[in-house]
Amino acid sequence: MSELLLDVKDVVVEYPIKGFRKAPFKALKGVSLDIRAGETVGLVGESGSGKTTLGRAVLGLAPVTGGSILYKGADIAHLGRRERRALSSEIQVVFQDPYTSLNPSLTIEQILVEPLTVKNIAAKEASRRVLSLLDQVGLPQSAADRLPREFSGGQRQRIAIARALALEPRLIVCDEPVSALDLSTQARVMDLFKEIQERTGVAYLFVSHDLAVVRNLSHRVAVMYHGEIVEWGDGDQVTARPEHPYTQRLFLAAPVPDPVRQEQRRADRERLLAEQGQQAGAL
Amino acid sequence: MPLPDPQLTPGLEERAARVSLFRKLLKNPVGLIALIFLALLVLSAIFAPLLAPADPNTASLQDVLAPPGGAHPLGADSAGRDVLSRLLFATRFSLAGALLALVVAAVIGVVAGLIAGYFGKWFDSVSSWFAGLLMALPGIVVLLAARAVLGPSMWLSMAIFGVLLSPAFFRLVYASVSAVRNELYVDAARVAGLSDARIIARHILTVVRAPVIIQAAMITGIAIAIQAGLDFLGLGDTTVPSWGSMLNDAFAKIYTNPDLMIWPASAIALTCIALTLLANVMRDELERTAGPVKRRKNRDRAAEAPIVKAAHLSTVGMATISEEERRLALEQPAASEPGEIVHPVVVHPDPEDGGRSSTGNPFGEELLSVRNLAVGYDQPDGSIKVVVNDVSLRVRRGEVHGLIGESGSGKTQTAWSVLRLLPDGGRVIDGSISFEGKDLAHATEKEMTKLRGAKIAYIPQEPMSNLDASFTIGSQLVEPMRVVLGLSKSEATKRALGLLERVGIPNPQRTFDAYPHEVSGGMAQRVLIAGAISCDPDLLIADEPTTALDVTVQAEVLSLLRELQAELNMGVILVTHNFGVVADLCDRVSVMRAGRIVETGPVRSIFAAPEHEYTKALFAAILEEGEPRGELVAARTETAQTEKEGLR
Repeated sequence: MSELLLDVKDVVVEYPIKGFRKAPFKALKGVSLDIRAGETVGLVGESGSGKTTLGRAVLGLAPVTGGSILYKGADIAHLGRRERRALSSEIQVVFQDPYTSLNPSLTIEQILVEPLTVKNIAAKEASRRVLSLLDQVGLPQSAADRLPREFSGGQRQRIAIARALALEPRLIVCDEPVSALDLSTQARVMDLFKEIQERTGVAYLFVSHDLAVVRNLSHRVAVMYHGEIVEWGDGDQVTARPEHPYTQRLFLAAPVPDPVRQEQRRADRERLLAEQGQQAGAL
Repeated sequence: MPLPDPQLTPGLEERAARVSLFRKLLKNPVGLIALIFLALLVLSAIFAPLLAPADPNTASLQDVLAPPGGAHPLGADSAGRDVLSRLLFATRFSLAGALLALVVAAVIGVVAGLIAGYFGKWFDSVSSWFAGLLMALPGIVVLLAARAVLGPSMWLSMAIFGVLLSPAFFRLVYASVSAVRNELYVDAARVAGLSDARIIARHILTVVRAPVIIQAAMITGIAIAIQAGLDFLGLGDTTVPSWGSMLNDAFAKIYTNPDLMIWPASAIALTCIALTLLANVMRDELERTAGPVKRRKNRDRAAEAPIVKAAHLSTVGMATISEEERRLALEQPAASEPGEIVHPVVVHPDPEDGGRSSTGNPFGEELLSVRNLAVGYDQPDGSIKVVVNDVSLRVRRGEVHGLIGESGSGKTQTAWSVLRLLPDGGRVIDGSISFEGKDLAHATEKEMTKLRGAKIAYIPQEPMSNLDASFTIGSQLVEPMRVVLGLSKSEATKRALGLLERVGIPNPQRTFDAYPHEVSGGMAQRVLIAGAISCDPDLLIADEPTTALDVTVQAEVLSLLRELQAELNMGVILVTHNFGVVADLCDRVSVMRAGRIVETGPVRSIFAAPEHEYTKALFAAILEEGEPRGELVAARTETAQTEKEGLR
């Protein structure tokens, strides 16, 4: 068993609502999970379930009002800006939208050098590192002096991954990193994620709405619903034989790419909805 | 080893056109003239002591109102002072005064705008309140009051005027900063450990720079005009020559020596005009860079002809297809490379009875038949960018035909061309679209209007952006029915409520009265489906109808579409990128790539045995039901570490 990297305990995130004495909006209502070194923890949920908020809370971009987030045993939920900056070489991020997560007016080299300059790495050494980073994500070195708009979605996402890798972090929060990509591109970017993990031992908190993507990448999976984790455990168990009613609904709602089995799944889903409806009625 | 990514296309013409703003201004005739004028003005102000033939303040009784010529090239004023010298020195003071106002306004406005926009919180409210207050104050009155209290100093009044102008910068900077603050790349920079100062310098200031420069030119013009106005009224500092005070002096002699007015008046007018024109040109140039970069590919001149053989155009079409697709295309160079033979479409045969719908009924008559369709977009250089090429498909009554492909494959363009709703510049350049015996490719706009809604209906991808936010949902449903079906308002309302109930909306009346922002995305899509079926169409075109929805909502919407399709016995074209949706709903499917159909046939046959390489590659990329990742096996470094720890 590898070391415990991140331990999220009963985290509550509340966003203030405009207006006098209005109750704040609770995006997370006491969420707990943990990530071990080198592990991928998948976080599945539908829009508004709070999965992105949890990722942002780990990154220090969401206001944590309760609970604790322990990174290597130290609470990082309430750090000041300066202390937070020191964590940049430990925790990094890849965002969903490859079109807005790269500054359109900077070249790829400027984008990739950015995190390195924070660590006072000399310009020459930094440029050398940029070339190696491009190499690691499978982009040609000629990409360095181009602008983001010259690249396709999949290539931009590779650049975003390279930026996250620049400081050799131990944990990368991936917020729907393959959702905006085409099917074949998605498969190759996911392979890149796995390959990097096997080579560097980095851990991922992998946020996605797609059960299949999460199943493919994650060692353990947490399912979120209305700001809470409703099911949490082994990846195969949660994504193939879910126990919580919501996870079951989620699982059967995704259409299978096979007309014969999809007919079966549709029937299963209708039966499950009827059963759950009855149970709800009985309660 | 990381996976190799496709090589970037060599010689991409759209190389960062990062020509500096200054260079662009020099290329624009108006900008060039304005810049030259302003440069001369500044130079003459700087070198005024060298250029001026006399001291601007030395009065001479002999030279009172002397005509131009001799010692006074532009004549002398009512006190016998040399007009040219005064004009040169006045330029100096007028420009310096305007510059002072500009610097004060810019420093206060930009700094406050950055802080308020970036950090927000209490400073945001306080500074916005102050900006509002300053804007509400009448500038001239404040300046008059300041002069009464503090005395007639030009510098002081221009500094105060700068403060009064600062909201112009504040509001501009505040708006741009708060727009950028929540961009993901700013978040990424924060996670990367950049300090706030660095983030502002790198990511925020670059966005703010251009509008601030434009605003600066405008503000300078205003400052010059206001300052001249004050001096003209005699409220300025009489010890320094300025354009306004010269104007004041000349005005007193307007009947005897009207030409004294010309010099200060034209200096003020020309400077203000030059500054305004410069600001306009800068805005034009900066906005032009923000637009899409025009491609200039003249490889295929043949594309200029209005109708060209479809196969010939494929190269032009390929030029705009994504790198990912290009790579896939290169893996099997079939339809992609010029000169290559275009592989025939893989057609799976129909079952012997012609196929049955999911309800078991045989399909009806042929509704839509598309033959050799090619769709192209006119390019600025006269060529045509082809996005759909040689596409043929047919839809029978009761049949659901899926169009599947990745982004840029032309599936949506095909659907739009059936509706004849291609975006500007797009048109059918070859082939025919026959619907119930009529060729839609050549139908008039009037004929199309009759068909759309009544015979052919459409469900869009983004439900929210396809409902008008300023009308209730009910009125948006009722209006088309009154026009198309000629129903009365009460009949149409009744029918709309019935439809809303039919599409599974729990409280039809409440949704009918609601505005689009008051319902969820899933509900909005149900409303659009209700609208699409409201006039009993024969053919329904659904463009990614569930892509924007959550997976549980998607399942519900798919069931609804299935039920309605069976009930109304419609023909459906379903555009999607999701194989699961195709498997759920479609009877036939056509796989598209790079504007062509590569494989077509009954759904079960294609899913059971895909034949085209591209279809196989797509199936291979599907993750559903794939292998799970399994338990965490500690990475090598970890094992090494734990071993080391174990030894201790």
